[in-house]
Amino acid sequence: MTVQELPGAGASHRSTPPPAWRPRTDAAPLLPDPEPYRVLGTPAADRLDPELMRRCYAELVRGRRYNAQATALTRQGRLAVYPSTVGQEACEIAAAMVLEEQDWLFPSYRDTLAAVARGLDPVQALTLLRGDWHTGYDPREHRIAPLSTPLATQLPHAVGLAHAARLRGDDVVALAMVGDGGTSEGDFHEAMNFAAVWQAPVVFLVQNNGFAISVPLAKQTAAPTLAHKAVGYGMPGRLVDGNDIAAMHEVLSEAVRRARSGGGPTMIEAVTYRIEAHTNADDATRYRGDAEVEAWKAHDPIELLERELTARGLLDESGIKAAKDAAEAMAAALRDGMNAEPVLDPMDLFAHVYARQTGRLREQAAMLRAELDAAEQEEEGDGS
Amino acid sequence: MTTVAVKPAATKPATMAQALNRAMRDAMAEDPTVHVMGEDVGALGGVFRITDGLAKEFGEDRCTDTPLAEAGILGAAVGMAMYGLRPVVEMQFDAFAYPAFEQLISHVAKMRNRTRGAMPLPITIRVPYGGGIGGVEHHCDSSEAYYVATPGLTVVTPATVEDAYGLLRASIASDDPVIFLEPKRLYWSKADWSPEAPAVVPGIGEALVRRTGTSATLITYGPSLPVCMEAAEAAREEGWDLEVVDLRSLVPFDEETVVASVRRTGRAVVVHESGGFGGPGAEIAARVTERCFHHLEAPVLRVTGFDIPYPPPMLEKHHLPGVDRILDTVARLQWEN
Ligand SMILES: Cc1ncc(C[n+]2csc(CCOP(=O)(O)OP(=O)(O)O)c2C)c(N)n1
Repeated sequence: MTVQELPGAGASHRSTPPPAWRPRTDAAPLLPDPEPYRVLGTPAADRLDPELMRRCYAELVRGRRYNAQATALTRQGRLAVYPSTVGQEACEIAAAMVLEEQDWLFPSYRDTLAAVARGLDPVQALTLLRGDWHTGYDPREHRIAPLSTPLATQLPHAVGLAHAARLRGDDVVALAMVGDGGTSEGDFHEAMNFAAVWQAPVVFLVQNNGFAISVPLAKQTAAPTLAHKAVGYGMPGRLVDGNDIAAMHEVLSEAVRRARSGGGPTMIEAVTYRIEAHTNADDATRYRGDAEVEAWKAHDPIELLERELTARGLLDESGIKAAKDAAEAMAAALRDGMNAEPVLDPMDLFAHVYARQTGRLREQAAMLRAELDAAEQEEEGDGS
Repeated sequence: MTTVAVKPAATKPATMAQALNRAMRDAMAEDPTVHVMGEDVGALGGVFRITDGLAKEFGEDRCTDTPLAEAGILGAAVGMAMYGLRPVVEMQFDAFAYPAFEQLISHVAKMRNRTRGAMPLPITIRVPYGGGIGGVEHHCDSSEAYYVATPGLTVVTPATVEDAYGLLRASIASDDPVIFLEPKRLYWSKADWSPEAPAVVPGIGEALVRRTGTSATLITYGPSLPVCMEAAEAAREEGWDLEVVDLRSLVPFDEETVVASVRRTGRAVVVHESGGFGGPGAEIAARVTERCFHHLEAPVLRVTGFDIPYPPPMLEKHHLPGVDRILDTVARLQWEN
């Protein structure tokens, strides 16, 4: 028996929806195009905004430098771990660039660069990975949710926040980021479904960088593309070249615009590649060959844009140098910031568990206080 | 204790279900940021009718039927709280809250801590819990041990109609996430509830001596309170005068009230439905022993549900602590004197 033959199946049972059921009014097609959308190197590049693209270029160069500096900091032991986004900078930066000040970003643990591109101080963005307090910034001040380590769990938060903002009549869009592996999690599904049912102003950006640690996409999903997943929820799915910042900017902007104007959520799959290992603890040679990596290096987001802009006379040596200089200044500031030894107060362990400390915690705080005092006295004793 | 002025209309005998409903209604009327959400909470008023009429009165944006997805419900509530709302989430049954545990433990319980106080989450999570209603499996779990083991969560459970109202108001007003455990077999328990006068809202973390006595202290909460009260009455025949302490709040735990009581009586029995191994009673017994050792005439004993998956309805009466089992245990206190 096919689905059509099942009793009650077929088009007819949908023809008279009950009154409370609202079909999508938005005309955007749901199915993604079969090929990732590209702008750079295609005739569509004729309509590029030079000013915007020069900004993109400077941000990409800065982002690459940020990645290099953060990775170097792990080698020096300044950072416990850093999940690099080398090769994925166009996704990270475009995500930050398309948001207005009042909008919210919901990053995953890999997306520190997106937070930095949104204006967060690079040192604050890295406290989690340094072993310092988990969130080194006030999320409300920057409208950047804490970097989420459990995969996909921040996605329903983005939906809830966007929904709440709309209930309050505020013009706020939430953009939530997740990896290809994260799309297999239940929370991904629940967030997509909630967003579509509530028509919440949310944009889901999936960075398909080929791997979830060592597991390739083919072992993660049987869907033709991840963007196809959107269709089942009733939201448009978009497939885009994640290394083409012009395409990323355009597709993300369109999705943000749709969300802002009440058109509901969009899911975007950015096809990109993780050039470096998952983190410094990972050995990428165990699960992929050099040839694949080299092929993707030839499709580098910075080179793609640089080639387009220089060919069109929109970028010259001095522009390239200016971008590099700005990136170096950022890296120097980041080094200085990270070289300063963080000062942590152990008594803070008890400071933010509850609004009002429980008796239990007061007791435990007193115990630690006594231990610290004893240690200090011992030290003073040794000194004299 | 905090006293808040409320203007409820109920002057007659009321059920715990009505008191809970009233608490949400009053909180929603007073504070436009309070939102109720969950499965079937709208037109149906929840499977236990606790949210009855809220959608009608406040609209579907304030009392929302969500898709059937517990992680999604709680996760969305996190985002809503991040934006300044006060979500009151209904989990349909104790055992159906488990899909939301990742959100609960990784985010709800930790957001204040990981943001250094910048982002507290004032979410109330209502969980009908416990057995005794003849429900089939997955509808009767006593899940409190999971919640009390998670720092950052406040865990309260009312045992009376008045506390159902007061504790729920206090929970919704709390700036921290609260697990509000509703003893479902007490939903239809009645009391003369006439809170025309300003209702007394118990401060979260305050236990109450429900019955004074001198022979031993029964320490209990939620669904086991009426059982303990009955046991205390029955114990008079044996010549025992039992004191009964209702915890009302498991986290924070009102150690002072408990310790003071046990020091007076010299004997203690902890009673709850959930399993004994690793259950709240283990913690309470340990604390009482630590602080009352020299006042104790006997070891602190526990009467709990067995350490088994919740049994089928036809056998649940053997599993749940009843009056006889409590009295037998109290008798052991005497022998070991
Ligand atoms: C719920 C959960 N399960 C497992 C992990 C461990 N883990 C961390 S990163 C990762 C792979 C993530 O892959 P993907 O979603 O593709 O993101 P990417 O690392 O490629 O950015 C795993 C399994 C986790 N963080 N959270």
